[in-house]
Amino acid sequence: MGIPAPPPFERFLDAQGPTVMRFLVAAVGPEHADDAYQETFLSALRAYPRVRDDGRLDRWILRIASRTAIDHHRARARRPEPRAAVPDRPLVEQEPSDGAVLAAVAALPPKQRAAVALRHLLDRPYPEIAEILGCSEEAARANVRAGLTTLRERVS
Amino acid sequence: MNSTELRTMVTVAEARARARRADDLVREAADRAGLIDVAIGVVDSPLGELFVAVTRKGVACVGFDDQDRAALEDRFADGLSPRVVMSSRATDDVRKQLDEYFGGARRDFDLAVDHRLMSPFVRKVMAETAKVPYGEVSTYGRLATRLRHPEAARAVGAALGSNPIPIVLPCHRIIGASGKLVGYAGGLQRKEFLLRLEGDPTLFPG
Repeated sequence: MGIPAPPPFERFLDAQGPTVMRFLVAAVGPEHADDAYQETFLSALRAYPRVRDDGRLDRWILRIASRTAIDHHRARARRPEPRAAVPDRPLVEQEPSDGAVLAAVAALPPKQRAAVALRHLLDRPYPEIAEILGCSEEAARANVRAGLTTLRERVS
Repeated sequence: MNSTELRTMVTVAEARARARRADDLVREAADRAGLIDVAIGVVDSPLGELFVAVTRKGVACVGFDDQDRAALEDRFADGLSPRVVMSSRATDDVRKQLDEYFGGARRDFDLAVDHRLMSPFVRKVMAETAKVPYGEVSTYGRLATRLRHPEAARAVGAALGSNPIPIVLPCHRIIGASGKLVGYAGGLQRKEFLLRLEGDPTLFPG
């Protein structure tokens, strides 16, 4: 029979949605997470009939989410006004420290930001992070390390 | 800065709640973009919640609430397309017509039907079944005769039992030669309810 077809999309959305959202809140910020979430799952749905369920659909959707997040930052960088929408103050009204962390994460370069979120928010091992970001394991480690160093400097 | 702090920037619970709200945005955008191959939805009815599936070809399934919904979705993914997405808009016409039927305001369904979840034999049986009008009944044996397989009443019964689109394709109008209701995939009580709704034609078999 070969590799099976993917599950019904609703079941996939139900299973992967929370993880994807958690990643995106960190990777693009709470104010853009819903848009990026929609874009991510719409891209997935476009490709869905051709997808095979090789047991790695969780990485497949995070790869789309990472690409969406990084493209999102590129698109904003090209526009003149986006600075205003990237606040340097706490983004969520909870524990002030959470907001400070999120703001510091928001200031990271997009790829480091995605790498840090995958490693320290989603607890993904480095080989998976490399697969998701489409880079070598070494590059994945370097991105996480660089991101963390910057974060430690900014949030004391 | 440590990983505990990073983990609390978005908790699992927050992300879950937020994802569940955003799922509706995904579904609406998917519908606008024409990316839904199998639109699913629920319809309240006197027979319990009905689970309906609609494709571009028409209505493909009406399921009763005691059927395994996940198994039905698997069937759609296998037999139709894995792009199975909830859409109240795409299922609205079926919902409206079922409401009218249960309210006594509709006798015939004006719905295109997607036959892909049926075997060729089941399609033939359902095509014959669809000719039995509202308020009338026929029998397994008569249906078999019309299909030129007079000995196949049992196979006809099995085909009716596998009807993926009950109510819309009126397999409830086929009963035993003795006047007994015999069987129904949704349970005999439901068959009886539907026949009563249509004026209890078993009292005056045609």
